[in-house]
Amino acid sequence: MKPSRLKNYGKINRNNVLSFTWDNKKYKGFEGDTLASALLANNIGVVGRSFKYHRPRGIFSSGVEESGALVTVGLKDRRDPNVRATTQELYDGLKASGQNAFPNVNFDLAGINNYLGRFFASGFYYKTFMGIPPFEWGKGTAIWMFFEKFIRKAAGMGSASTLPDPDSYEHAHDFCDVIIVGSGPSGIAAAIEAAEKKLDVILVEQDSIIGGDQLSEYEFDSSHIENQIKNLGIKVMTRTTAFGLYDNCVVGLLERVTDHLSLPDKTLPRQRFWTIRAKHIIVGAGAIERHIAFNNNDIPGVMTVNASKHYLNRYGVLTGKKIVISTNNDSVYETAELLSEAGANVTVLDSRTNFEIETNTTFEIRRGYVPYNINGSKKIDSLDISKSENINKSETINCDQVLLSGGWSPAVHLLSHRGVKPKWDYENACFLPSDTKENITMIGSSRGLWNKNDCIASGVAGATDALNRLGISKTNYFFPKPGGWKNPIKPLYEVKYKKSRSKSFVDYQHDVTSDDVRLAHREGFISVEHLKRYTTLGMANDQGKMGNIIGLSLMADLLNKEIPEVGTTVFRPPYTPVSIGALSGRNVGKHFRPLRVTPMHQWNIDHGAKMIEVGLYQRPWYYPKENETLSDSYIREATTVRKTVGICDVTSLGKIAIQGQDSTEFLNRIYSNGFSKLQVGKARYGIMLRDDGIVMDDGTSWRLAENEYFMTTSTGEAAKVMSWLEELLQTRWTNLSVNVTSVSEQWAGVSVAGPKSREVLNNCVVDSSVVTNNNLPFMGVTSTFLKGKIPCRIARISFSGELAFEVYVKSDFANTMMDLLWENAKKYDGCLYGLEALGALRVEKGHVTAAELDGRVTIDDAGLSKMASTKKSYIGSAMRKRGVLKNNDREVLVGFFPANLKETFNAGTIVCEKNNIKGQGIGRITSVTYSPELRHWIGIGFVKGGLYRWKDTTLVGADPVRNKQMNLKIVSPHMVDPKGEKMHA
Amino acid sequence: MIRINCPYCGERDHSEFSYGGDATIKYPSLDSSEKEWTKAIFFRKNIKGFQLETWHHTNGCRMWLEIERSTVTHEIRSVKPCHPDLKKVVENNK
Ligand SMILES: [Zn+2]
Repeated sequence: MKPSRLKNYGKINRNNVLSFTWDNKKYKGFEGDTLASALLANNIGVVGRSFKYHRPRGIFSSGVEESGALVTVGLKDRRDPNVRATTQELYDGLKASGQNAFPNVNFDLAGINNYLGRFFASGFYYKTFMGIPPFEWGKGTAIWMFFEKFIRKAAGMGSASTLPDPDSYEHAHDFCDVIIVGSGPSGIAAAIEAAEKKLDVILVEQDSIIGGDQLSEYEFDSSHIENQIKNLGIKVMTRTTAFGLYDNCVVGLLERVTDHLSLPDKTLPRQRFWTIRAKHIIVGAGAIERHIAFNNNDIPGVMTVNASKHYLNRYGVLTGKKIVISTNNDSVYETAELLSEAGANVTVLDSRTNFEIETNTTFEIRRGYVPYNINGSKKIDSLDISKSENINKSETINCDQVLLSGGWSPAVHLLSHRGVKPKWDYENACFLPSDTKENITMIGSSRGLWNKNDCIASGVAGATDALNRLGISKTNYFFPKPGGWKNPIKPLYEVKYKKSRSKSFVDYQHDVTSDDVRLAHREGFISVEHLKRYTTLGMANDQGKMGNIIGLSLMADLLNKEIPEVGTTVFRPPYTPVSIGALSGRNVGKHFRPLRVTPMHQWNIDHGAKMIEVGLYQRPWYYPKENETLSDSYIREATTVRKTVGICDVTSLGKIAIQGQDSTEFLNRIYSNGFSKLQVGKARYGIMLRDDGIVMDDGTSWRLAENEYFMTTSTGEAAKVMSWLEELLQTRWTNLSVNVTSVSEQWAGVSVAGPKSREVLNNCVVDSSVVTNNNLPFMGVTSTFLKGKIPCRIARISFSGELAFEVYVKSDFANTMMDLLWENAKKYDGCLYGLEALGALRVEKGHVTAAELDGRVTIDDAGLSKMASTKKSYIGSAMRKRGVLKNNDREVLVGFFPANLKETFNAGTIVCEKNNIKGQGIGRITSVTYSPELRHWIGIGFVKGGLYRWKDTTLVGADPVRNKQMNLKIVSPHMVDPKGEKMHA
Repeated sequence: MIRINCPYCGERDHSEFSYGGDATIKYPSLDSSEKEWTKAIFFRKNIKGFQLETWHHTNGCRMWLEIERSTVTHEIRSVKPCHPDLKKVVENNK
């Protein structure tokens, strides 16, 4: 094959020469080239090696259906594998290389796989390596795992970069009346018609310029149409693929913003992921030409007929000198004429015998002939042909290119995304789109129209359909009948070759041959979906755009059925691959999810806090002094709290204002414990259950006034509790006069804990009498002022088990409050403490948090039975008594000591009986800490039957993940000051 | 993707809302038996077609809505506030 660039052909800009690198060698191309057209113009025929057999592969198409020219573009962190060379625009400095080959595509050591074909036939992996797990763990699986890495290396696609992606991606949204997918003749006609009727129109084109298949016409110039379209106010999006249709007329688009630029503006995203909400969708996505299966139909130099027309008239590249075209339909004759006019020697093999075609005489037409074998390996030497599929009478033609047209498949993919099954059309040998009630209209060749005038008419009809369905007009319209060729197509999917072990490819990209399809049938995989999975037909990244129908026809043949009886596979989004980067958009790194900080965030950092994420919040983790490790630091902090005083930011707790005359009744219904007798000026710890009797959340509610409460929730459940309260008030208890307002952001809170906490507060409040034991007893609440006349709320609440207070001020005063408290805490050798010390203090006390209240735990499981009122009904009160929650075997909260107090353990450890260390054991450790008070490691968690069943038995903690095991002693979860004398002090 | 016409905020994307559940359930009184609660909590119809369901305009006005939606096509027939008083206000404003 010696393709060459022709002088007077093509729409490329010859004034702008671009240099690019292919497999480390430098070449030149022009602006307007794709990588594929530039490679062809440089006589590069072999551009890849096939997936399994490592056969040399060339360029099969000129578009998105490409299944041969998959290449790697870019270097290092911008290395992008499996790029279709046919859609990659050339830019100056582009660096591309072939893949699947070592050392390169021209000389590939793994080409030996071609001769070991039987090992790579379908189902080979399954049968040989998969064993029959899970029944034979370690047998088939182990062998598979051993071989897998070698096979994956030999049979694989290009490899992606493992470096972080340096590019940014964007998510964008837009709205319109009508979105039109495809800017071929039908799409442009539809866009103009719709825009002239004053609709807001978006026209989407995956190519870099509009025109669709017209770009393969010698005279076509898109610039005139571009102007017309822009003057009508149509939004044109080129380099943009509509990859999926979704509910309610939503279209997903991928816009390639900089993939065609050598030096992109750094402020631009590489790609943009669009969500378009349209009122109507018109799809003019075109049709895809099929190849024909016969032996060696994958030798570089094989191409679809339409592709060579594109290379000629769009890129000025004549893809062969001595060309044989094999067809079963009329669509090739115009191309045959063009190619021979351009200087090629053209022979057309038409499998049909009786047809009329008007052509010039510069090329030969051989009626009733089909190809059955290509001779050559890296290029085509000659083609064996025969008459009427009878290969006994054969002859050989010398040629350097074979162009195939086995018919056309309308691109019904997008409609298929909506669950609309296409219907088989015998007359045109293709699947046609079915009707749908949704506002989607198919136009042009994607509804099976083969000639341009019909396509244009269908575009106008499609726009009218949209206008009618949107209620704007009531105009009659009609769609041209599918088809449009003078002579009927004669189905031709495969030409059988009698020689054994032929390689007649159905799916080029996954190396699926017609023999593979027959093997699948012999082995009983006769459903299309099974066939697909067994042979991997249509499962490569081209999703079988060219080969699916051939596979179906072969299966139909084997089953003695018609194609529609065999079925069709369902196309799912995306139409062409979408990069993970585009899907994630800006939600990467720090922006992966929203970040919440407390108003004293900077203050905490300025005072040495190391931060940790708790849900979305950044909270102080520990405040290391010089050279302190995490454990040095939290042990010091926890010790200081028990000895003197500590200050901890607790702002992240959820805070809800509950107001209205029925507030008390409301709280009494949602909490499991009684709230009806809570006095003004007092707070109460409460537990909320779900309807099904499981614990939802715990927190405190402070009665500020007769009809006003201040509720705190856990950090993690704050949003859920808020929604829950709103749901109850708006849907179930609509007669209650209660208003709930989230005030989490409005208040900044700290816990001041430790024996000296009252003295610290004494120095900080304007009126020190408010915090005396009499005026502010345990669980007392007061609204008062900090020095500097800062209004504040103080409650005497303890999570650490020490004498402790929670102090809240308006968020704006957070830093002032911290300064004030810290200044005074320092006088008592106090400390700032973080979440790790808080955790140590609460585990010592056996207080549960989210680690324990994981949505499976009941009040009784958590050892909080006393919190369940027997005097009232509340949410979950009936269901918490159901049998399964009352089982004596339930896992109940206990404390853990290592039997040998010098040992440690981790959260997640599985608790087992001795001599029965397996499965889920009889419990689990949920939280652990070193206890500064007890001077050894402690934990809390759950064990079946609880403390009384196991208090005298040594159990085993198994930690298979960390390869650790230790003996455990089961103790009460209340390990320090079990009577709570300190916090009442 | 579902678009919901919130009576307070106007038409918004479903990503602003959270799905609640079956809006036809009559939750029993708090002192009802375990049996009645079990029926209300665990037994759900698996409707093919239009069903009445609750949605919460979580990232909007925080209203709980009663929505008639097809489980097959996602078509939405009606959107009303759950709270009867708000329902009346919306109807009177029509
Ligand atoms: Zn709203």
